[in-house]
Amino acid sequence: MLIRALQDEGVDYIFGYPGGAALHIYDAIFRQQRVQHILVRHEQAATHMADGYARATGRPGVALVTSGPGATNAVTGLATAFMDSIPMVVISGQVPNPLIGTDAFQETDMVGISRPVVKHSFMIKHASEIPTVVKKAFFIATSGRPGPVVIDVPKDTTDPSQLFDYHYPETVKMRSYSPATRGHSGQIRKAVELLLTAKRPVIYAGGGVIQGEASAILTEMTRYLGFPITNTLMGLGCYPATDPLFLGMLGMHGTYEANMAMHHSDMILAVGARFDDRVTNDPEKFCPGAKVIHIDVDPASISKIIPAEVPIVGPALPVLTDMLALLRERIEADPALLDRAAHGHWREQIAGWRAQHGLDHGLMGQGSHGVKIRPQAVVQCLYQVTGGEAFITSDVGQHQMFAAQYYHFDQPRRWINSGGLGTMGFGLPSAMGVKFAYPDAVVACVTGEGSIQMNIQELSTCTQYGLPVKVINLNNQALGMVKQWQDMQYGGRHSSSTYQDSLPDFVRLVESYGHVGIRVTEFADLEGAMREAFSARLRDRLVFLDISVDPDEHVYPMAIKGGSMCDMLLSRTEQS
Amino acid sequence: MRRIIAVLLENEAGALSRVVGLFAQRNYNIETLTVAPTEDPTLSRLTLTTIGDDRKIEQITKHLNKLIEVIKVVDLTEGEHIERELMLVKVKAVGAQRAEVKRTADIFRAQVVDVTGSAYTVQVTGTSGKLDAFIHAIGELSILEVVRSGVSGLSRGEKVVSL
Repeated sequence: MLIRALQDEGVDYIFGYPGGAALHIYDAIFRQQRVQHILVRHEQAATHMADGYARATGRPGVALVTSGPGATNAVTGLATAFMDSIPMVVISGQVPNPLIGTDAFQETDMVGISRPVVKHSFMIKHASEIPTVVKKAFFIATSGRPGPVVIDVPKDTTDPSQLFDYHYPETVKMRSYSPATRGHSGQIRKAVELLLTAKRPVIYAGGGVIQGEASAILTEMTRYLGFPITNTLMGLGCYPATDPLFLGMLGMHGTYEANMAMHHSDMILAVGARFDDRVTNDPEKFCPGAKVIHIDVDPASISKIIPAEVPIVGPALPVLTDMLALLRERIEADPALLDRAAHGHWREQIAGWRAQHGLDHGLMGQGSHGVKIRPQAVVQCLYQVTGGEAFITSDVGQHQMFAAQYYHFDQPRRWINSGGLGTMGFGLPSAMGVKFAYPDAVVACVTGEGSIQMNIQELSTCTQYGLPVKVINLNNQALGMVKQWQDMQYGGRHSSSTYQDSLPDFVRLVESYGHVGIRVTEFADLEGAMREAFSARLRDRLVFLDISVDPDEHVYPMAIKGGSMCDMLLSRTEQS
Repeated sequence: MRRIIAVLLENEAGALSRVVGLFAQRNYNIETLTVAPTEDPTLSRLTLTTIGDDRKIEQITKHLNKLIEVIKVVDLTEGEHIERELMLVKVKAVGAQRAEVKRTADIFRAQVVDVTGSAYTVQVTGTSGKLDAFIHAIGELSILEVVRSGVSGLSRGEKVVSL
């Protein structure tokens, strides 16, 4: 009944791992063809695969785990998806109803343990509820502000000897749940008036634009207005990164020009972004001259950190559509409403900041860097070799920031990383989820030797299913971001951030799984190795590039703690 | 500032734990909490009191509204409202104390609901402030046991919290 409901929901892949309490479900999977089950090596990876699948496609990812340890291993993946508002349904086996509460073998209170990190959860009391609960779960996961939903399924409710009438509901209505579907027209009008008064505007767009399928309309509106735009870590790709109006990412490791523009702006249009602490730095000192228009589907995100002058609750797509229509109407009636001269001057000022301290995107053309390879150059090389067309997933740390800074995403859903929770071990399994969704696409995971080892067992899953993802390992022999903070704030005392020569030989390790490993230690070999990894010859192979990068590199710019957005360290010696 | 928040939620297993969990998770404080089914058995009505500035209360009501099982959230303290709390107090009552306790109970329009040779159990209803005042008047030394229901409340006038 459960599997039939998933079929009717249009699920094509389930990522999971069997166990006692889930065996009835696994038997049902065996006896059908429509839903394909992918056997992972660890439940955490199953949730990240479902998550990667969801981020790349916009459709909910599905994971299936057993009770007890299966369920607890899934919690990190739930929290990851929750923080980034990713639609996902996790089905967990549970001990039979009569045994619940008896400390039975592999019993854990999954609904309780996952409660703070799910959008909602269900416990099946009786088999007859399954179709309705599945329908509700998918509806909740995908509507409003999306998020993960847990369905806990006691084993007796999937007993194949018990038969019930099956009817899958077409729609589902809940009197207590009705997410906003449009923005308030009065608020949109107010926002438009404020937009028209702006002299130094910035559009600040986040993951909500991507989740809300509003990238195209946002791009159209931004270009129509000629306003500079910056993206959050989660929003990268929602506006074409190669467009001249794009300022790059903002925040702790954002570009100089993006953070300077934010700080000096007089109007911020925030769309699907939540003023995360990694963006605002000290909220008390945040953008002193700016009035804020905040569009978000989640009312609780508005005025949570930074008070909004004009709050608009609603999904980005309909709100921006209405807003652009009204803007056109107003500006066509009176073109002088938009102060184009001031905006031109503002863009010049920003171009000046960029010229002064912008990121250097030409590292590959600068020839030899001596023996040490700069990690930024590796990302630039990856960008050139893949033509900017790849799906890039990342783990968490310095490599994540380098990827975000130096790979230019021109399309939404191409940049996949754990932004909110910052989950190491996310990169490889999420890349696998993307590859299942788009088997013909180029999918690369930018990682580090620390993160990759948190889910490296999935190389075996890649072998089983023939998944040719590419892994770019920026190997600096240390937990780079931890080490960077220790360098900056703890007098260079590298407490537990190095491995003391205990790292594996990654090339031999991946070869033992049946994959291709290439080690790169010289800058001169970098481009050749990268081209080899993405060559037609190795198209159907998982290639693991183990690249020795400069272990002393830091990520810059970096926000100065407790400062405003314009307070940044620009290098080891410079500050804004 | 002290606020009284009324919540209408689905009368389902686990719904209450989500409300309570939200407060723990986001570091909000619950001073009192009462909950029971309404005239419609599929609905529970919950009243809770909490302390916070406007911004915090706004966040609390927004997050409560986000919970799937929550149907309505109203901050009763935003308008005219009635709040009542019920308290049972077991008081030492021997000798001259017996008359004194009875007199104090009368002043507070409380009722003695159980009597033994050495103790009275007094039932007091009213605002939380009145209940505090009764405890103060009786004097802590003679109090054996106190149980309070927590605040229940609703808006004055025509306003109702319903589906």
